[in-house]
Amino acid sequence: MIASFNARNLVAALVIASLLLLPLYASISGNVFVLTLFTRIVIFALAASSLNLIMGYGGMMSFGHAAYLGIGGYAVGILAHEGIGSGFIQWPVALLASALFALVIGALSLRTRGVYFIMITLAFAQMAYYVATGLAPYGGDDGLTIYKRSDFAGLINLSNRVQFYYLCLFCLFGGVYLIWRIVNSRFGLVVQGLRSNEQRMQAIGFPAKRYRLVCFVIAGTLCGLAGALLANNTDFVSPAVMYWTRSGDLMVMVILGGMGSLFGPVLGAIVYLLLEEALSQVTEYWALIMGPLLLLIVLFGRGGIMGLLGRLSRG
Amino acid sequence: MLLVVEQFLNGLQFGLLLFLLAAGLTLVFGIMDFVNLAHGSLYMMGAYFAATFVAWTGSFVIGVMLALGATLLLGVALEFIALRHLYGRDHLDHVLATFGLILFFNDAVRLIWGPAGLALPLPAWLTVPIQIMPGIYYPAYRLAIILVALAVALMLYIVVMRTRLGMLIRAGASNREMIGALGINIKLLYTLVFGLGAALAGLAGMMQAPILTVQIGMGENILILAFVIIVIGGIGSIRGAFLAAIFVGLIDTLGRAFLPDLLRKILSSAAASTAAPALSSMLIYLLMAIVLVVRPEGLFPASRR
Repeated sequence: MIASFNARNLVAALVIASLLLLPLYASISGNVFVLTLFTRIVIFALAASSLNLIMGYGGMMSFGHAAYLGIGGYAVGILAHEGIGSGFIQWPVALLASALFALVIGALSLRTRGVYFIMITLAFAQMAYYVATGLAPYGGDDGLTIYKRSDFAGLINLSNRVQFYYLCLFCLFGGVYLIWRIVNSRFGLVVQGLRSNEQRMQAIGFPAKRYRLVCFVIAGTLCGLAGALLANNTDFVSPAVMYWTRSGDLMVMVILGGMGSLFGPVLGAIVYLLLEEALSQVTEYWALIMGPLLLLIVLFGRGGIMGLLGRLSRG
Repeated sequence: MLLVVEQFLNGLQFGLLLFLLAAGLTLVFGIMDFVNLAHGSLYMMGAYFAATFVAWTGSFVIGVMLALGATLLLGVALEFIALRHLYGRDHLDHVLATFGLILFFNDAVRLIWGPAGLALPLPAWLTVPIQIMPGIYYPAYRLAIILVALAVALMLYIVVMRTRLGMLIRAGASNREMIGALGINIKLLYTLVFGLGAALAGLAGMMQAPILTVQIGMGENILILAFVIIVIGGIGSIRGAFLAAIFVGLIDTLGRAFLPDLLRKILSSAAASTAAPALSSMLIYLLMAIVLVVRPEGLFPASRR
């Protein structure tokens, strides 16, 4: 991965720069809403990037990725509800819970292939959703309000919009960097090899399932982090974040941006959520336009935005 | 005893309804290798069409017939305009494209019929309870659903197993290039199968409509159940879908009916009343997970190739 001057890298660099400078723009223009919107976008970009790790590089089409958003969120919410406000406890618990969930469902789901895998991950996420609706002491169906954001002992104040935005951005860049390191490591190459030709990789002697499972757990943990951020952002967590359409949204972001490209999901999340926002400003029935648009993207836009940019720079 | 019989019949009725939905899904998947998330939208459209046409014509039977035709046409149009270009693509493309269709249909319905749900009232002759066993009465409408669904299942079996069309469908499922090479109009066949699947989904939607309300998003939860069924039954297998649908219908209904009491015997009543609804919603997903872990290809994998 040598950074060369082409449309892809140019766009990625521009996006990174704009994301970094956004709070400046917000304070100059006095437009606070844009910061709130982009905090959400950055969090979903992290979730989509984590999904891309298993979907794009690992070939594991998980349709239940939103479950980790909920698990991370509920870990923060439940601990806060029980009076444990320290982020140093909340966040590790959120990550650990997500990792554990990923380990269990990964171990079971990875026995299946193709559509069966899509469906079984979906089923597990639905199970998590129903567990959350059954959590009567923690709001059940209605969700759980978080009255105080995670407390990091004065290190960083999450209630400050700008600080919280930069924390989310830091997590996103950290996550993307981690994914980049993983993808280019020996481990990552094995996982990508498994996607291309499992039989051959096994014949060489790689234990396919173990590699996939580790990759699955890493992605789940990263998404759990996004869940913890999301809960702090909305001061609220409800079963709705785990609903299967949410998993669908994440998949759309990954594919829209370009599956299997490092920065694609970030672009996908930005474009998808901005489009949703812009369309809902124009009309209440934004999905009337969004739905067919998705169809057109699938029909004609192979490789997503990153694929398009790649073709552009090749001329 | 009365309650057990009633719940058993409810479970059977729900299972058969699920079968109608799952049959279309599994046909489309087995033959075109196409994952159709928008199947639930067709279910919803069927219900909305029925509610509208019944109100227009004032006759339940004519309205339902018209709605059935409308859903079939909608399915054919959908296949012709968009989905046929996706055959042979990656499953992920199917998921994404049909996910877009779900968004579209939900908002289209909101635009046309408004956000509030509709009701599909039953005619008087379908609301009377019928005595099925000495001393046991059962609503005529639910009984009618069981009979209609069984008749459709039988018809589907005859069409697929005993007619030339069915032979082509089965041939298309096992080797699509070959039957195209033999001079069969495979595109037309695909469109037909998709339309048939859409009509089945619509039928399920309009039969369920009088029991629940007709509302936006009604197809989504039940779509997931249908997917669970075809995965348990083995994707592409109608027989598997039939058995799995009845199994799932029974487990879901009986679980919801009896699990709370059962749990109350073990746990404190407060804990039971919180745990029971979640647990009974989870039961079928648990079942699916177990089936997939034991038999990753489902219970009755359709023999491919």
